[in-house]
Amino acid sequence: MASITIRELTKVYPGGVRALDALDLDVAMGEFFALLGPSGCGKTTLLRTVAGLETATAGTIALGDRDVTRLQPGRRDVGMVFQDYALFPHMTVLDNIAYPLRIKKESRSVRHARAAEAVQELGLKGLEQRRPGELSGGQQQRVALARAVVANPRIFLLDEPLSNLDARLRLEARTFLKEFQHRVGVTTVFVTHDQAEALALADRIAVMEAGRIRQIGTPTEVFRRPANLFVASFIGSTPMNLLAGTVQSGTVVVAGTSLPVPDEARGRVQDGQEVVCGVRPEYMDFGTEPVDGAFAGRVSVVENLGGSSLVTLDVDGESVRVVVGEGFEVDSGAEGWALPRPGRVLLYRDGELVTGSGGETGRTASPLAKNGGRG
Amino acid sequence: MAPPTSPRADALPTAAPSHGRDDAAGLGRARAAAFVAPALVLIAVFLVFPALWTLYLGTTDYRLTGIAASEPKVVGVDNYRNVLGDGDFRRSLWLTLQFVLGSAVIGQTVLGFAIAWVMRDRTGLVRRLVEGLVLLAWILPGSVIAFLWIALLDRDGGTLNALLGTPGTAWLLDHPMASIIVFNVWHGTAFSMMLYGAAIGNVPPSHLETARLAGASTWQTLRDAVFPRIRGHVLTSLLLVSLWTFNDFTPFLITAGGPDGRSEIMSVYVYRTALGDGRLGFGAAISLIMILINLVIALIYLRALRERGARKAREPKGAAA
Repeated sequence: MASITIRELTKVYPGGVRALDALDLDVAMGEFFALLGPSGCGKTTLLRTVAGLETATAGTIALGDRDVTRLQPGRRDVGMVFQDYALFPHMTVLDNIAYPLRIKKESRSVRHARAAEAVQELGLKGLEQRRPGELSGGQQQRVALARAVVANPRIFLLDEPLSNLDARLRLEARTFLKEFQHRVGVTTVFVTHDQAEALALADRIAVMEAGRIRQIGTPTEVFRRPANLFVASFIGSTPMNLLAGTVQSGTVVVAGTSLPVPDEARGRVQDGQEVVCGVRPEYMDFGTEPVDGAFAGRVSVVENLGGSSLVTLDVDGESVRVVVGEGFEVDSGAEGWALPRPGRVLLYRDGELVTGSGGETGRTASPLAKNGGRG
Repeated sequence: MAPPTSPRADALPTAAPSHGRDDAAGLGRARAAAFVAPALVLIAVFLVFPALWTLYLGTTDYRLTGIAASEPKVVGVDNYRNVLGDGDFRRSLWLTLQFVLGSAVIGQTVLGFAIAWVMRDRTGLVRRLVEGLVLLAWILPGSVIAFLWIALLDRDGGTLNALLGTPGTAWLLDHPMASIIVFNVWHGTAFSMMLYGAAIGNVPPSHLETARLAGASTWQTLRDAVFPRIRGHVLTSLLLVSLWTFNDFTPFLITAGGPDGRSEIMSVYVYRTALGDGRLGFGAAISLIMILINLVIALIYLRALRERGARKAREPKGAAA
């Protein structure tokens, strides 16, 4: 087991594509860490560079206190599960799991004992003699997990671990994966483009865009207080409402109403400044009676989410979404008011969160600022 | 079900379901046969008839010239007995075996695979250059490359002697078999290279990377991740290359079977006896034996392929995983 320390890691592909741009990252020992971002943001490149499957153009990667930047992948003690699991179809489940040990020239008895242990650990008992083609997607994934842990790797890498499973299985596998990681306790980094997956699984998340990390934080931090507009629009199953507004004498005039300037931004914005006001649909209360400081509009769409409904209000031509709990009937075309809960409104100026406290947002601001000069 | 555009099938509702499964086009037996007939006639005229004619000729003492040319006599299995008893035939068979094993199975397959493997993740100039050169050797006419190789291996002023500083070495006389084996490897590697290049492209990158992450050597990677995936391609390549090499006549253009029959492979031997010596009946008998050997090679291959298919059937999603 080891922590991961990445400093100024840069990867430029032949042809000039800069997939990673002087990236800094620390993953603590035993942490379950998510790399999240849209496709092409460099998250998979980062994972593969840590594994050694891609060679870093510049910068260093250390596992624990050992610099592995120039080490061959086979000598890094890394376990990896690929998106397609990469099980060898001609080998039985047991042989597949024991494969890394076979390459390490362990004796047959050691191999079988360790593989049997992994089989037990991952609930694959009774499937040892099957071929991968005879297993369900979830079972195949567990075999791949077993193969990755059987050699006791220092870190554990997962590439889009749930994307090859169908929706029902995905939830089951997600719970299993989280439980498994906590039980084994090995430092784990996984890549995903699905923000819900990252929020559900990870201890901490790095949100990436264009080869840089835009925010690092716990799922709660990233969800509640996105550090910039990119993260704000990327995180959340129901996207955050981002409304353009203007600061006027201690309030923000936005979408036909005026909201008080949030505490953290007080004194940091001047009158007349253009800002973007962000509030999640989950953090607003819907009512059919006029309320002060609420977005007033006409209900244009009601989408049933099962336990709740997503109501889209047409507020002076802008859409404001609000989540309404069950037992509240909303009719399309009715008048409605959406009141942001106190302390849940965020102000963004020039794409960055306006805030006084450093905290998690401050940590990401510094490497970005450093990079600015390097271009 | 018959397609709606077929009125005949609609008119015969009882016939349609019974044919339904085999008769996808809804043509009926007679019309389907009519469509296939031209191709069958061509095959009969140009393949079946000559084969039968060879079979017949092999039982006669038919010659190119003389009395036996105008009035061939049936001599039964004498030709076959003579062929099998002929020392030249057995030498030729042995040389052909060397030629096929050396140049096709070992040379072209191994070299072709090696080039494909080394080039698998190369892009750009190097790859295009190597592939271009190898392909060029393949597509050039046999007579042209034969001339080039004679120039290369010539005793006086040959390129190889100039390069190695061994003037006066007569490669084609001293090492005729080695010369034509190397020549054929050079000539035919392109096919194996392209076939294995495509096959290696089909091995999922994640499988190769799994091997890399485990710290596997090149040989271990090939054994565990690559060969099991490309077994079918190996069989196809081996069959085709063996058959082509077995029947290849280009070495005649370089050594003419000589010196003293030391590079007289089967195809050259047939040529010499049938057309050189004019013993057409005898040559036909050898030809038939060659066809039989070819059939045996093809059967071995088909059996290997079927066994593989049966194993695939037992592990249904094996390839998809």
